Amino acid sequence: MSDGKQTLGSTLRRIVFCSTPVALSSLLFLSACRSDSIPQPAASATDAAPATGDAYVEASIADASYLNPLLASDSASGNICSLVYNGLVKYDKDLRLVGDLAESWEVRSGGTEILFHLRPDVRWHDGAPFTADDVRFTYQRLTDPAVKTPYGVDFELIRRVDVPDPHTVRVVYKEPFVPALESWGMGIVPKHIFSAGDFNTHPANRRPIGTGPYKFLEWKTDEKIVLTANPDYFEGRPRLDRYIFRIIPDSSVQFLELRQQSIDSMALTPDQFKAYPEFFRHYNKYRYPAFAYTYLGFNLENPLFRDRRVRRAVALALDRSEIIDGVLLGVGRPATGPFPPTSWAFNPDVADIPFDPVKAKALLATAGWTDTDGDGWLDRGGQKFEFTLMTNQGNKPRELCALILQNHLAKIGIRVQVRILEWSSFLHNYVDKKRFDAVILAWSLSRDPDQYSIWHSSQRKEGQYNFVGYANREVDMLLERGRREFDFEKRRALYHRMHAILAEDLPYIFLYYPDSLPTIHTRFVGPEVAAAGIGWNFREWFVPKSLQKYRYAS
Amino acid sequence: MPAYFAKRLLFLVPLLVGITLVTFGVMQLAPGKPTDMVTDMNVKASAEAKERLIKLYGLDKPWHVQYWDWLKRFARLDFGRSFRDDRPVLRKIGERLPATLLLNVSSLLLIFLIALPIGILSAVKQDSLWDKSLTVFVFIGFSVPTIWLALLAMITFGLKLGWLPISGLRSLTYDEMSLGAQCLDLARHLALPVLVSAFTGLAGLSRYVRNGLLEVIRQDYIRTARAKGLPENRVILKHALRNTLIPVVTLVGLLLPDLIGGSFIFETIFAYPGMGRLGFDAIMARDYPVIMGVGTIAALLTLVGNFLADVAYAYVDPRIRYQGK
Repeated sequence: MSDGKQTLGSTLRRIVFCSTPVALSSLLFLSACRSDSIPQPAASATDAAPATGDAYVEASIADASYLNPLLASDSASGNICSLVYNGLVKYDKDLRLVGDLAESWEVRSGGTEILFHLRPDVRWHDGAPFTADDVRFTYQRLTDPAVKTPYGVDFELIRRVDVPDPHTVRVVYKEPFVPALESWGMGIVPKHIFSAGDFNTHPANRRPIGTGPYKFLEWKTDEKIVLTANPDYFEGRPRLDRYIFRIIPDSSVQFLELRQQSIDSMALTPDQFKAYPEFFRHYNKYRYPAFAYTYLGFNLENPLFRDRRVRRAVALALDRSEIIDGVLLGVGRPATGPFPPTSWAFNPDVADIPFDPVKAKALLATAGWTDTDGDGWLDRGGQKFEFTLMTNQGNKPRELCALILQNHLAKIGIRVQVRILEWSSFLHNYVDKKRFDAVILAWSLSRDPDQYSIWHSSQRKEGQYNFVGYANREVDMLLERGRREFDFEKRRALYHRMHAILAEDLPYIFLYYPDSLPTIHTRFVGPEVAAAGIGWNFREWFVPKSLQKYRYAS
Repeated sequence: MPAYFAKRLLFLVPLLVGITLVTFGVMQLAPGKPTDMVTDMNVKASAEAKERLIKLYGLDKPWHVQYWDWLKRFARLDFGRSFRDDRPVLRKIGERLPATLLLNVSSLLLIFLIALPIGILSAVKQDSLWDKSLTVFVFIGFSVPTIWLALLAMITFGLKLGWLPISGLRSLTYDEMSLGAQCLDLARHLALPVLVSAFTGLAGLSRYVRNGLLEVIRQDYIRTARAKGLPENRVILKHALRNTLIPVVTLVGLLLPDLIGGSFIFETIFAYPGMGRLGFDAIMARDYPVIMGVGTIAALLTLVGNFLADVAYAYVDPRIRYQGK
């Protein structure tokens, strides 16, 4: 579960869709070329020659749990795993899949078979060679009922995994499934380590041995995790000697440490991002859209919202720039659909819904909603237009959002009651059971645009994720074809079409894409924002010799 | 008397079991399951994966069976493994214990060192300007929010003056330091948390001492001591204070659970690796074995602390004798 913090390395990691009770203010974003609030560093180190050495100290709200990619579901563990382990494939800066442990792959037999050609030169951190047996072992653990992994679902479609030779893996699927390719971004674990002992409680879950650019050095519970550069990394040694993950559970204390220059990087909240420029004298701030969006979801089984004109009117009545200013201090952008603007599935031709209360009222009138009794609230057939808007407790941005929405809708004569509920009870007693009129929630998105579980009409049962009850035959068809279409251009067209339909149909009102707001010390050369975020080229970052802060005997 | 204490000791067992039963029950009533952290709103976790996790954690059994299983393991001093990282609960508690003890013992010592003189001074100079300003001082400490005070201290002593580190238990370069430098480094990191927690904890003990002393001073034997011409400081420090400290001895017994218990807010602010964060994170994640482990140990120490306080009371105060029936 991505708990809202996008830090270095999470871009490399396979991210699951999820929506969490954690404050969205800690969900991060970027528009690479907006110049309004990105001060250029005064002393930049960009001209210096590449050098090895120094350490990169990153602050994290939470400690890791398992340093095992199969068992870890929190973002802290995911960050570390992405530096210690490799998958067969990974996302490059433009969010296209490229080889990682696999040199190349072939999709055969109409997509039911994937042949991975592994790199022959890879060694585990303990010196043992990496082979196809490790890949098969990882697959076996993912589907082993005794292993506490939440990631089994993508691997259940596999009929078998063959190992024709030590550097080739053949995966045979029951049916073609494009997201399967992404699922092989899962970190591969060493068979020779894990074959002895219980997988769930194995000591290597705390002292991992991987193939990645960094080797594990030490973990002091609730204090720090330290990684050291792997000199034999197959793509070349990372230039920074150490990666230090410091656990500082309070974001305002992280910010004090940042001002003290005792940490090199943290994820800023919008108010920290907007703080005095002198606080950032030694830091560069970055801003890009997080792979997430916040939405207002309607219960489409509720007669009030079955009419698309009504949903459209609600959308027209919302001043989204005010929402973004109020909730995110302007550090976000209006959402037009279910894909963030940095995703290749994002359809740039879908227009923003304008703020137009007059048109909203006219649209509601055509649907029969007018203020006949002059009390200021719309009514139809003696029934007042009112509904309850729910969201979860402990998430200030969502609570604020609900209040702003209430205010906007009151202006066109719709009465909204806001109810804030404890996360677990909200989810299990209301959302899962469809006992709601409308909710404010957010999705964190995977890099692959397959959103079958959210929009397909077969996913409307209790506890499934199409809890708004959306059913559109064309969208169903697009989702099904999107899972089978291996041709990139054709697949992109399918998702562009889906984006357009959802923006027209409005099962959700897509409110905003929050921004990721990382900040990094100016002595580091190399951070560059791309579609994949900021950490995609971390291995190449360096600090010029004269500016190095920490020294290590190697 | 030994028979009486043996009996008291025996009674602790059903009491402890009762406490664990209530803790377990409350935990079960709280909405949400341990597996929710992984599976809630996670579209990659299928219904089968959810069921599998629930089964692997033994959550599919009825709650009384789960409790009985837990009790059986507890009888063998096995607290099970954390749901969050599959590590033994006792080890998770053990690795946080030294840091927690270090912080709590230092701040308690400091509290005693400061609160005792404050209490004595306030009592001896009752209603004077000294008494009143010290009272205001300790109650300010008692009333200010710890978070606010801690952040203010961090900004002043860490950021502005640069005397002390802001948070954490030790520097990143701790392992490369000499032993002397390591001690200094720990002391520098402990300074702010110890000072802040001592300041916020002065009120209780100092008021205790003040009121106790005021009561003792009115006793006949104090008048006798004064009447026979003893100097005032001898009257106070020798005769009065010793009797005032009798209830304080019991207080120390009651503080036993505080020594290993931590404050979540405090540890979060100072990024301090202690028990408070462990317990709080476990509750938020519905990590049942850790909640039960931390809860049971806290309960056990409270009971033992109470018991020791009674024993110590009988020992230091000759007026008190327990009769075994």
